Amino acid sequence: MTGLGVASGADVRRPIKLSCRDVWKIYGPHPSGFVAPAPLADAAALRARITAARHVAAVMDVSFDVHEGEIFVIMGLSGSGKSTIVRCLSRLVEPTSGHVLLDGEDLLAASPRRMIEIRRRAMGMVFQNFGLLPHLSVLDNVAFPLAIQGQKPAQRLARAREMVELVGLAGREDSLPHQLSGGQQQRVGIARSLAAGPELWFLDEPFSALDPLIRRQMQDEFLRLQRLLNKTIVFITHDIGEAFRLADRIAIMRDGVVIQIGTPSQIALDPADDYVAAFTEDVPLVRVIHASDVMTPGDDELLEPIAAGTALEALVPLLAAGSRGFRVVDAQGEGIGHVTAAAILDVLARDRARRRAA
Amino acid sequence: MSLSQTAALPRPPLRVPGGLLAWLVVLALTAACLAARAAWPWLVHFPAGWGLPVAAGIDLAMNAVANVLEPASRAVSTGLAAVLHAVQSGLHWLPWPVSIALVAVIAFQAGGWSLALFCALALGEFVLTGFWRPAMSTLALVVLAVPVSVAAGFALGAAAFARPRWRRPLEAVLDVMQTVPAFAYLIPLLLLFGFGPVVGLISAVIYATPPMTRCTLLGLQGVPDAIVESAIMSGCTKRQSFWRAELPAAREQLLIGVNQTTMATLGMVIVAAVIGGFDDIGWAVLSAIRKAEFGQSLLAGVVIALEAMVIDRITLGFALRSRASDRSVRLPPLWFCGVFLALLAVAVMSRGSLDEASVWLAGPHGQFGVDQLNAAVFALVRDHGGLFDALKNTALYYVLLPLRIGLAGAISPYTWGFALTAPVVAAYVALMAGLAAILAGAFGWRGAVGAAFGGCLLFFGFAGFPWPAFIAATGLFAWQAANRGAAILAVLALAFVLLGNMWGPFMLSLYLCGLAVLLSVLIGGGIGVLAAESPLVSRAVRPVCDTLQTMPQFVFLIPVLMLFKVGEFTALIAIMLYAIVPPIRYVEAGLRQVPPHIVEAAQQMGCTRTQMLLRVKLPLALPLVMLGINQTIAAGLSMLAIAAMVGTKDLGQEVYIALSKADAGRGAVAGLSIALIAIVCDRIICGAQAATR
Repeated sequence: MTGLGVASGADVRRPIKLSCRDVWKIYGPHPSGFVAPAPLADAAALRARITAARHVAAVMDVSFDVHEGEIFVIMGLSGSGKSTIVRCLSRLVEPTSGHVLLDGEDLLAASPRRMIEIRRRAMGMVFQNFGLLPHLSVLDNVAFPLAIQGQKPAQRLARAREMVELVGLAGREDSLPHQLSGGQQQRVGIARSLAAGPELWFLDEPFSALDPLIRRQMQDEFLRLQRLLNKTIVFITHDIGEAFRLADRIAIMRDGVVIQIGTPSQIALDPADDYVAAFTEDVPLVRVIHASDVMTPGDDELLEPIAAGTALEALVPLLAAGSRGFRVVDAQGEGIGHVTAAAILDVLARDRARRRAA
Repeated sequence: MSLSQTAALPRPPLRVPGGLLAWLVVLALTAACLAARAAWPWLVHFPAGWGLPVAAGIDLAMNAVANVLEPASRAVSTGLAAVLHAVQSGLHWLPWPVSIALVAVIAFQAGGWSLALFCALALGEFVLTGFWRPAMSTLALVVLAVPVSVAAGFALGAAAFARPRWRRPLEAVLDVMQTVPAFAYLIPLLLLFGFGPVVGLISAVIYATPPMTRCTLLGLQGVPDAIVESAIMSGCTKRQSFWRAELPAAREQLLIGVNQTTMATLGMVIVAAVIGGFDDIGWAVLSAIRKAEFGQSLLAGVVIALEAMVIDRITLGFALRSRASDRSVRLPPLWFCGVFLALLAVAVMSRGSLDEASVWLAGPHGQFGVDQLNAAVFALVRDHGGLFDALKNTALYYVLLPLRIGLAGAISPYTWGFALTAPVVAAYVALMAGLAAILAGAFGWRGAVGAAFGGCLLFFGFAGFPWPAFIAATGLFAWQAANRGAAILAVLALAFVLLGNMWGPFMLSLYLCGLAVLLSVLIGGGIGVLAAESPLVSRAVRPVCDTLQTMPQFVFLIPVLMLFKVGEFTALIAIMLYAIVPPIRYVEAGLRQVPPHIVEAAQQMGCTRTQMLLRVKLPLALPLVMLGINQTIAAGLSMLAIAAMVGTKDLGQEVYIALSKADAGRGAVAGLSIALIAIVCDRIICGAQAATR
């Protein structure tokens, strides 16, 4: 993949919040015997060996870092281990081996008491099937984590009301879960996961059970909330479109192994193998590649200024209208480089070539 | 696979399947036993001397235990009796208008105005028929037993939920608790706790605990993972997660458990009335039956039925309300509370005149119109006695007797019009051979084997069938239909029955209960099919099923006894009345849950209505139908001991006799035998379903 300068994946300026190191989860009577030292040489062979011994390899040697304020999406089909890994992070599932570091503290070494403390203060989670308590009203569901911590009713209900308003459910506080639509129920789930003000936010296929139109709405809602709250997020999905739409970085999992980690443009432009390539071939490059991905250094004051995060898709009409290039500026309006028309046309050409090949 | 590959496959050589071979051996054994039974009668009638002294052993152990525990158990008994009488006197002290108003308020909470009205009318009927006091005595037993059962059942269920290892042994214990007839464990309880209503109370607790345990376990297991996980992620400790998330999420199932436990308690309390000494409503029925006052027993039966319905509707109402959106406790309007308090005050002050009023209301003989009713029932039986007798005799000579003692014994010129001569036997053999050929064509060798066995059984009768052949056939059947575990259990169970010297009564139980189950499944299944096809039938059948199911078993005896007097036929009908509800319900539910897209596809392919039913819907409904059959068997067996009161000669009668003689060993062996039939049938059916899946 030459000719396109791809920006480095992780935003190294932000500190690491959550670090997942060599995590394994194997189900069966004697799981720890199969754990191999990193790096994993031949995952497929090991997996076959584990299966032959009537064990199930759900997660094999998974490592990644999530930075503060980042949306880290784990994408994979069913059975890829994506739901297991997010449960390993919160120890809903006890990993077979490995380390999960939250601000440097190893969660797998934490006592049950300490773990409860961490879940109460530092983690929130949204579930695919909502997991709302059927006997509690919307308000009480949202206040539930606070009630568990022993907060006074007045205080927790005020906070819950705030959260319900935040997710746009004001007026439905007294409804019961079964009286709400799927999308509304998930809004309650979101409000509940945020009620205790966690720094870490886990979302396990939160929108998969919803209709496509509602899903789109909820994705927008999610991005709005994240701009407001700036949480550190691990988001699980099986939908590549959703992953590309929301992610700062994506980890693609298959058969319990992470096969590629990178920004959407890295994954689209430089897929690690055919499996990833097949996944991304339907995603138009001009939509996932941003101006900053293809800019060349050197400021050119004469060109039209655009933000670094602008997708190339938005620039094509301007090009057609006669622009010969764009000046890329950062949040402060300082020029940090420029994008030539040729670079954009190059991406368009690659998009066409990919589509023809498919 | 391509066509050429298919063609290249070698033809399998003709071989006798191993299963068929085993059956041929068993059939040969059967034939040998039948041929030798004249010379060796022990092949049919297992000699009492050969058995093990199981009953005597149990007696011995029981006496030893009773001796050790007696001081403690008698103390418990005295304490419980004091509490029981306190509750009873409390309920008797409460003036009836106050009690009725109180029940109506509770009913209103559970199900609104219509339920409140129904309950008030039902309780009013108790006053009118003069059964107020016995009805309240029964209520006292229920009120005391239910909280204990619910607490014990919940604790057991929650413990089994927390420790999955406990579940299997617990399930086994629950199976036994629910299938051993209550009469059997009344005996050791009588020995331990002495004669009196306390024994009824304790047996009710034993009998009514399993449903609560099962519902608790079921409810907790059914809580979605997402709820448990979300509770943990909210930072719940284990305890918080259980009490604040899982338990509330399972509450509907738990309340259904309370409902089932209450109904089981009521049923058992009424059955336990045979012990006597508490002047409750079960006793009222029983003593009326014994005096052949059918009108009176009918009235008391109606009171039981109404009491059952009131308790059922109220507890079920609370369970269903927990699902509905409206969770707030609806208080009756303020004026109602005021009127109620005033009523209470007035009623308490004028207790004497209220009692007089109730006596006046119930009529000069203490029971409203009971004499006329007695006379009317008597007249009905007298005027139409011929019809009922004809019905009974037809069934007896052409169905019951041939099954019991075989065609060989039943056919006589007096009843059948001809004697069992050689040509008749030859014709019968030819008929069965033809049937076997037809079934072999339709179902393969299994059909033919079934016909051969059925033919033998029908010719020689249940009572004349040699036990070695029966045990071998049952074991083989269990192995082939289900699995090895079921086969071993079946053979061990039969060995227990044989060595416990219960083989004769056991075969009679099998015949009576088997026939009742078969007829119930055929008739009930037919009704279920109709109900599934026609909403009108469904709507008509549902309240009847509801009523039959809430009825304590005891009640079924009254009308059949009235019409058909004592005897096996009466027992058969009573068992069927109780056992017919599960097939109706499960067949209808099974047919209704067939996915509409499959029905549509079959319609598109051109299925007729019959084809649709036989080839599409029924096969798909099979799992639920089998569950229904399983429950029919359990229901039929549980009626055996009750039906013994109208004169049978089976295990139920053994239990009943043991009770009247306080013979703990005999009762335990016979009771366990009944329980083992139920458990073996259950394992075979479940195993067969697992094998076909």
